Amino acid sequence: MSRKGSTVRVKLENGDLILKRLISFIFENYKVHCIVTLVFIFISSAASVLGSLFIKSLIDDYIVPMVGVENPDFMPLMQALLMMGTIYLIGVISTYVYNRILLTVAQGTLKKTRDMLFEHMEKLPISYFDTHAHGDIMSIYTNDTDTLRQLISQSIPQLISSILTIIGVLISMITISIPLTLIVLVIVFVIKKVSSYIINNSSTYFVLQQKNIGKVNAYIEEMMQGQKVIKVFTHEDKAIEEFEGINEELFDSAYKANYYANIMMPIMGNLGYVNYVICAIIGGLLSIYTNSISIGGLGAFLQLNRSFSAPINQISQQINSAVMALAGADRIFKLLDEKVEVDDGKVTLVNAEYDKAGNIVEAKERTGMWAWKHPHPDGSVTYVKLLGDVRFNNVDFGYVKDKIILHDINLFAKPGQKIAFVGATGAGKTTITNLINRFYEIQNGSITYDGIDIKLIKKDDLRRSLGIVLQDTHLFEGTIMDNIRFGNLEASDEEVIAAAKLANADDFIRHLPDGYNTMLTSDGASLSQGQRQLLSIARAALSNPPVLILDEATSSIDTHTEAVVQKGMDELMKGRTVFVIAHRLSTIQNSNVIMVLDHGVIIERGDHESLLKEKKTYYQLYTGALELD
Amino acid sequence: MIKTLASHIKQYKKASVLAPLFVCIEVFLEILIPFLMARIIDLGVERSDMTAVLGYGILMLICSFVSLYAGFKSGKYSAYASSGFAANLRLAMFKNIQNYSFENIDKYSTAGLVTRMTTDVTNVQNAYQMIIRVCFRAPFMLISAMFMAFTINSELAMIFLVAVIFLAIILFSIVYVSFKIFDVAFQKYDDLNASVQENVTGIRTVKAYVREKFETEKFKKASNEIYKIFTKAEKKLLYNSPAMQFTMYACLILLSWLGAKMIVVGDLTTGELMSLFTYTTNILMSLMMISMVFVMITMSLASMRRIAEVLEEKSTIVSPENPVMEVKDGSIVFDNVSFKYKKDQEVNILDNINLKIDSGMMVGIIGSTGSGKSTLVSLISRLYDVSEGRVLVGGRDVREYDLDTLRNEVSVVLQNNVLFSGTIKENLRWGDENATDEEIIKASKLAQADSFVSTFEDGYDTYIEQGGTNVSGGQRQRLCIARALLKKPKVLILDDSTSAVDTKTDALIRKAFKEEIPDTTKIIIAQRITSVEDADLIIVLDDGKIHGLGTSEELLKTDDIYRDIYRIQKEGGNLGE
Repeated sequence: MSRKGSTVRVKLENGDLILKRLISFIFENYKVHCIVTLVFIFISSAASVLGSLFIKSLIDDYIVPMVGVENPDFMPLMQALLMMGTIYLIGVISTYVYNRILLTVAQGTLKKTRDMLFEHMEKLPISYFDTHAHGDIMSIYTNDTDTLRQLISQSIPQLISSILTIIGVLISMITISIPLTLIVLVIVFVIKKVSSYIINNSSTYFVLQQKNIGKVNAYIEEMMQGQKVIKVFTHEDKAIEEFEGINEELFDSAYKANYYANIMMPIMGNLGYVNYVICAIIGGLLSIYTNSISIGGLGAFLQLNRSFSAPINQISQQINSAVMALAGADRIFKLLDEKVEVDDGKVTLVNAEYDKAGNIVEAKERTGMWAWKHPHPDGSVTYVKLLGDVRFNNVDFGYVKDKIILHDINLFAKPGQKIAFVGATGAGKTTITNLINRFYEIQNGSITYDGIDIKLIKKDDLRRSLGIVLQDTHLFEGTIMDNIRFGNLEASDEEVIAAAKLANADDFIRHLPDGYNTMLTSDGASLSQGQRQLLSIARAALSNPPVLILDEATSSIDTHTEAVVQKGMDELMKGRTVFVIAHRLSTIQNSNVIMVLDHGVIIERGDHESLLKEKKTYYQLYTGALELD
Repeated sequence: MIKTLASHIKQYKKASVLAPLFVCIEVFLEILIPFLMARIIDLGVERSDMTAVLGYGILMLICSFVSLYAGFKSGKYSAYASSGFAANLRLAMFKNIQNYSFENIDKYSTAGLVTRMTTDVTNVQNAYQMIIRVCFRAPFMLISAMFMAFTINSELAMIFLVAVIFLAIILFSIVYVSFKIFDVAFQKYDDLNASVQENVTGIRTVKAYVREKFETEKFKKASNEIYKIFTKAEKKLLYNSPAMQFTMYACLILLSWLGAKMIVVGDLTTGELMSLFTYTTNILMSLMMISMVFVMITMSLASMRRIAEVLEEKSTIVSPENPVMEVKDGSIVFDNVSFKYKKDQEVNILDNINLKIDSGMMVGIIGSTGSGKSTLVSLISRLYDVSEGRVLVGGRDVREYDLDTLRNEVSVVLQNNVLFSGTIKENLRWGDENATDEEIIKASKLAQADSFVSTFEDGYDTYIEQGGTNVSGGQRQRLCIARALLKKPKVLILDDSTSAVDTKTDALIRKAFKEEIPDTTKIIIAQRITSVEDADLIIVLDDGKIHGLGTSEELLKTDDIYRDIYRIQKEGGNLGE
């Protein structure tokens, strides 16, 4: 929130660029719409200016001549009114038409923006999500996109129509009286000065208000999350006292921001009256002493005068929301400008079978056998059977380029082997597994999959060949069936149930009110951690990959339940290459290789027994002498 | 609901009354001024009477200055009243939440409470400002302008009456029809946001399963729905401004025609006709405003309801009248205790628990997830109330104690260890506000936290980030224990609070407890058998019932669950030795 406030300021510097980009963004799809809208706004404004002008001729040309005349002829007036009625009607219709078109433009642009944002977001690398607060990303979809709607459907048309009206009124004024017009211009200049002073003040406080809302927001969030701790420590009064302080600050800035916003209208309005009085007096003097202006002319001029301050008012109001919208647009564009994941891979995963000669060839249908289709620069294509052989060769990696956190990692996992990683938090266990599926790009060295550098493999196909069970299970809104099917969209209901059975999840699912059709909402909050993890395992089982990554997959399950889950896991791991990160050493004892990581370096490797014999770090961890966190 | 909210206006009542008062003055002058404008033309310009022009001009200037003053005042008071009201609401909610029992807290999500205290309050603040400004302004303007119009010429003013009724019917049917659609639309909008959130938090899962396209398609479908329903709703609103323009133009033409006829026969002056033109705008604009405010207020109704819900929520656990202010010792008795979270829950979470723990004992509790371990201990400090039976601490029912007294003597380290942003010292002082540095260090030493804190560059002044993310899980747990120790409680409960601490340190903590705080009753919930092995009493919980009770040795003989856990955990450990 506070960031949003400060961007308003920064924004004004390259506001032009953003506006240009925004307009061309809207134009891209709605060029014709925009042009037609402009025409209709013009007609609508013209009708309202003509309306004001008509007052002049109404009194001067039609009413005054009839005064005192016997049997006055009302026909010309009737005709004039009919003509005016027609013009007004055209105005009304134009107003409707341009509003209707703008609705399509506004909603369409919003839809397009949201779709583009989402599509782009899905392509962004994991590092983007690591470095941006989730609340901030969310607010791009809501707060920032909403400001665009305001801009397109209200601010822009009002600004255009206001400017057109001002020009129209100004021209009309000049035709009535040049000296009076000059006076008006002077006063308008004063109005502009005053209004920009107020806008400045109010926006300063609005920014401050946003910042304070952010503070209140953060404080409440922290306290609510720790509410139980507050209760346990009877810290309630202290928390209230602290809250009172920041609440007071928010009140103060909100009060001042609203105060300045509130006095805007009265000031503008009353300056308008002053304007009117001055024009009336000077106009009166002119009409009495110089005859350079008629009574009707003065009446019309004064009427025009009124319609002059209204659009200026509107402009000053819309400028505020236009600035907000530009700040919003900037954040939207920033997300859209984020670089997507690099994917130059040409190697794809295909269904395969052996031909009569025993060579691997591509198959049209699912055969249960997969192969890497590897096109070479010379035009030839080779097929490599998908086995699940993963190797790290001298891999260095850091989330930030010059801060390497994994050093010279070498490892090889033969098909069907179980590789375990052990080490403290921050030692780099999860990072290693994140490199296999290319969530992050390595700085040095290479990682190969079945002998192919993973950089050559198309990302989607690479990931499809890897199953992953994460520490935190994310469930999506939908039925249990849908959530397991996330692992393989083509799976039949029977296959889903088979996968659930394999993961030992079938039992609890059947106990749910609607079994497999039970709807999960808000990240599956109704399920226990253990149950969620079982679903996640079922999901991985369904995707049936040759390589499996289990990142603390059983960490939130107690020892007793783990024994049950473990059976499912063992079943799942059969015949696959498995990378395991486990909190409890008991779960990895049967691994082919255990790697002990410390600060991004593999310090020990070997199987359980050989490592125990070495009596080094693994031994200490195992006997509980070292803290494993 | 409205009553609940209104009771929090408090010290801003005066401003809330003054604001509309000044609004009325403002409006009154705004109505008077066009009247004066007409005078300037009729009595001044038309009769070429410059003194009249000047006289009325000055009068008009005075009026506009008074109106400006009133505008300033109403703007000030309404801003003051509405921001103040909002601040009161936030504080009242915060205070009430502080009174919530665990049961109340469980009802709301953190995000939900944050939204209620920020977005919802802002909505109500805006609506309130609208109410005290526009809600008075528009109707008053409408009525006064009508009145003025009638005094000028009652026949012509009839046009306004018809116009107002005509426009009112149109505007309100538009609001009525569109509002129903908007209601559905906003719900769909929430759903869309939920799906964005799902994808932002679950991005690794989405990417790991290569579901980007699938999710994008799903999103596009939802987004298209939003597009359709919002377009449908706003299409209705589109008729607003053409309807308004149409009515206004119709009035102008009718006024011109009938007015011209009257002027010709001398029943009306040109100046009066001009004033009527001005009133047309005033009247119809205020009607438009009324319909807008109506929409805004209805939209904020949902926010009001959500705020009132938090304010009206009564804490399910409060101190009794004439509470006991002292806990005698750390003895604990569970007497036929049963517990369930909700009355209509069929199965008891805890079922007929009977326990007797002497003051100063070290007690271990073990059992699988969902067996009721945490629930059991939360009854001791009365975080929840029993459904049946009673819990005694220091020989008296926990429901007889003053809540603060009880909770200061029964210190719980919760499973979900939370540290707050601030220095380590500040965090530890939660246990005892007035703790000296020596006391802090002593408690930290007991919790085996001093050893790592003293390696930090800033020692006890090291700043802890929100949620304690800049210390490791094991360190966080030890700091939380130190914090609880600073309370010098008679009962200390550790709810799975050493799970990330290595076994050696874990043992040191227990040793320190035994030696340094022998009189404090210590209850330790753990997954690790080694954490409870040497306790005076071990409780094995299974499915809300006591499955076994005794020392480790006894349980190994009598209790199969205990034996099972022991075997799984110990067997592995023996392999290497």
